[in-house]
Amino acid sequence: MIPISWYLFLSAALFSVGLFGVLVRKNAIAILLSVELMLNAVNINLVSFWRYGNTADMAGQVFSIIVFAVAAAEVAVGLSLVYSVYRRRNTVIADELDMMKW
Amino acid sequence: MNFNLMAVFPELLLLALAVVILVVDPFWKDSNRKNNLGWLATLGLFGVILASLLFAAPAQDQLALGGMVRYDGLGFVFKMLFIFTAAVSSLFFMDSEKLANRAEAYVLLIAATIGMNFMASSTDLVMIYLAIETTSIPMYVLSGFMLDDKRSTEAGFKYLLFGAFTSAIFLYGLSLVYGFSGTTQISDMRGFFGTFNPVSGGLLFLLIVGLGFKISLVPFHFWAPDTYEGAPTPVAGFLSTASKAAGFALLMRLFVMAFPQMAEHWQMLLAVMATLSMTLGNLVALAQTNIKRLLAYSSIAHAGYALVGLVANSKFGIESVVYYLIAYVATNLAAFGIIAVFQKSTGSDEIRAFDGMSRRSPYLGLAMLAAFLSLSGMPPFGGFIAKVLVFAAAMEAGWTWLVIVGVLNSIVGVYYYLTVLKYVYLYRMEGEVEEGHPIHSSRPAVIALSIASLGVIVVGVIFSPWFGMATRAAASLF
Repeated sequence: MIPISWYLFLSAALFSVGLFGVLVRKNAIAILLSVELMLNAVNINLVSFWRYGNTADMAGQVFSIIVFAVAAAEVAVGLSLVYSVYRRRNTVIADELDMMKW
Repeated sequence: MNFNLMAVFPELLLLALAVVILVVDPFWKDSNRKNNLGWLATLGLFGVILASLLFAAPAQDQLALGGMVRYDGLGFVFKMLFIFTAAVSSLFFMDSEKLANRAEAYVLLIAATIGMNFMASSTDLVMIYLAIETTSIPMYVLSGFMLDDKRSTEAGFKYLLFGAFTSAIFLYGLSLVYGFSGTTQISDMRGFFGTFNPVSGGLLFLLIVGLGFKISLVPFHFWAPDTYEGAPTPVAGFLSTASKAAGFALLMRLFVMAFPQMAEHWQMLLAVMATLSMTLGNLVALAQTNIKRLLAYSSIAHAGYALVGLVANSKFGIESVVYYLIAYVATNLAAFGIIAVFQKSTGSDEIRAFDGMSRRSPYLGLAMLAAFLSLSGMPPFGGFIAKVLVFAAAMEAGWTWLVIVGVLNSIVGVYYYLTVLKYVYLYRMEGEVEEGHPIHSSRPAVIALSIASLGVIVVGVIFSPWFGMATRAAASLF
């Protein structure tokens, strides 16, 4: 069997890619996508910890399913907020939304 | 397994109230809707508090609903505080043109309150994550609720981006906590995080990112000023009080119950963040010209003060934090309420617009005096005793340097709070007779402001019932 550390490294790599994306990308949609990558990293973590731990205890799986559901809700709200900003301001670039500073 | 439904009694009632509001809303005529909705929500919320106090006060601390929540004093005290905040906020909602006619606004407020209740009582990682998101998602929508207002949509947008980002980081921390301990029950985790190493240190940091966002600690505070300024003022008031207190409730429970053996390390980490929050919050607040931004930076500083009590990590420390939050919630509700009334009447939220306000509306000026003196920590208002308790707890635990930083920061704070009061009381409107520009306030706003201002004074003058609540809350953690 593949050692668990492989999965953890994969998840850490995915998380870092997501983190990088959030910090570097300017487009709001791209930022939301990067957040999704981070959540997927979490899911890999949860499922692999469950598989390599006590499989009778379903907490890890339940947790990852709930993460899916909540992520979907968050993105739905997120996209509608992005849309409402776009209708007002005609942009989804985070840097250009700077009405309020200091 | 214990299926004690009394553990979630307040949440069940809140859910029922939300459903009732949605169902009856279409049956009202447009002319009645505004008043009916607001009064239904407010009286319903006060009813929930009353019913919970009568029937659902926990006799002894126990895990309930399969270990998802803990039915204990800490959770109960905070739940009552959140529902009270929501009730007062819904009175302010009634006063706001954009929110008052919309049933969704009240339902979202109640949904966020349900999430906060679970944040204060959950003891399982799954439930903790779910509770945080149940709180955050309605708050994103409420912050961006005024679709025709550029600043409001931008506020909701920024809050969402920061919130989604930090909650993903927090969740990554939770997944590692689950992996290392093999359980999602925070009460079973005590033994697993015994010694400190770089991994567990990083883990603590991941968790603090998520919770630091909720309580707007430096360096996770960037969203706060923008969101407070842009969001509808009653929403900003709710966000800065209940949402922050919920973050503290969760932070206390998680760190004290799950990581007692790593206490030295998270105490140090939190002490550094408290110092940064107090210092940066107060210094940047000095330069603000917008009253809502000023209060945002002041609330960042106040998160730092309250954290000082948690750093003490003693029973007295937790008591002092709970007391601090009770005083802070009453004070900030009053402060944001005054701004909401003022903004509605004059259309401005710049500090200079407050010139001669005490002559335009003496009672509003008086309420502002009470709220701002309490924020700056003057007796006999709530903020004074709260600060004394927090600093005393830290002194007792030997954090002298942190207390010195806190006291110095309080002095900086006094300056900018008094500057605002200077405009209100000493300055005059230029070339105008103030009596000719009275500030109108509607009945719900007057009731809400009276409750909040009275709270500010009562928390500061009558000590024992509030400290009794705080003691009850702290007893369930130790």
